[in-house]
Amino acid sequence: MKNLLVTMGIDPDRLHFSWISSAESTKFVKVVNEITAKVKAIGPNQRFVKKEAKVA
Amino acid sequence: MSTYTDKIREIAQRLLKECRVEMVIGFRQGSMPMMNEPCFVRKPEEVDRLVWDSNCGINLANYLTNRKEKIGIVAKGCDSRNIVTHILENKVKREQLVIIGVPCQGMIDKRKIAASIQGEILAVSETGGQIKVKSAGGEKSFNKNEVLQQNCSVCVHRNPVIHDEMVAAPVAEQTDVDQYADVNAIEAMSTEERWEFFEKLLAPCIRCYACRNACPLCYCPTCFVDESKPQWVGKSQDPMDVRTFHFLRAFHCAGRCTDCGACERACPVGINMRLLTKKLNKDCLELYGWQAGLNLDSRPALDVYKANDPEDFIH
Repeated sequence: MKNLLVTMGIDPDRLHFSWISSAESTKFVKVVNEITAKVKAIGPNQRFVKKEAKVA
Repeated sequence: MSTYTDKIREIAQRLLKECRVEMVIGFRQGSMPMMNEPCFVRKPEEVDRLVWDSNCGINLANYLTNRKEKIGIVAKGCDSRNIVTHILENKVKREQLVIIGVPCQGMIDKRKIAASIQGEILAVSETGGQIKVKSAGGEKSFNKNEVLQQNCSVCVHRNPVIHDEMVAAPVAEQTDVDQYADVNAIEAMSTEERWEFFEKLLAPCIRCYACRNACPLCYCPTCFVDESKPQWVGKSQDPMDVRTFHFLRAFHCAGRCTDCGACERACPVGINMRLLTKKLNKDCLELYGWQAGLNLDSRPALDVYKANDPEDFIH
């Protein structure tokens, strides 16, 4: 899925997959921090955003 | 090609007379040139409606879904792979089918011909590798290899993978083709270019869902695009809704698509949505060594777990 989204022009840094057990709290914090840092670095998303609905 | 037609008629007649099948699914001449239609023959005396030429691009496996009777079906390479997929997905039983295999040498792309012809096309005939087109503006001849559908020109499974009858000896498979050249070209682009590329590619889409309806893989009783509770995807012409539809449609075909080209062929505005499914086919081949519908004994890539499945995308 990531491959196809990336192929369609989504920034790979915006899409993250992780497997975290409910017992792995430290991993959870680490992963979330990493993701937010990456997303902050590339700025607000401009793609796959639906602007206001077109009125004919 | 007329020998194919004769042989298909002969086999169909025999199957119907011997009551081995209740109907034979094949092709008949369409009401317009290059538009052959699916044809359901139930009586031995009706087999003369069946034809075969280079305009049989529709995937007949589409008409097998949830059928209960015994069926004879005409199948070229891609159709046979979709029949295998149908059997694996329990949409039809192997015992129900008598597969009439047709070694295929590619189907012609009516858009390529229409683009280089003046006026309305009145008649199309073929002899050997030559396609003769009669139009309002005169006659023109084409080399068949130059007007093949793109998927046929890079096809490496021309012969049926399963069959009970064959209408001719197998044809030589193509070996020197670069199947994924178009996907590689997209992969080589930057993220921005890829976004723009698909923006342009999908812009003419009118959301008619002809691609879905032509596809033998799309057999859900209620498609996700038609559902309203919950509504998975917006129903508007907004570019994001269009993109979401095409993305999800392609993803539902992951590891199942045989690149038969029925979707692109059915598209009224000629969008090459196959680029999306082809990318998934390429991933399946590279990551799992999987090509859909080649035999009845192996389970689809997304259906099995192996300890060495790639997982680099999981942090």
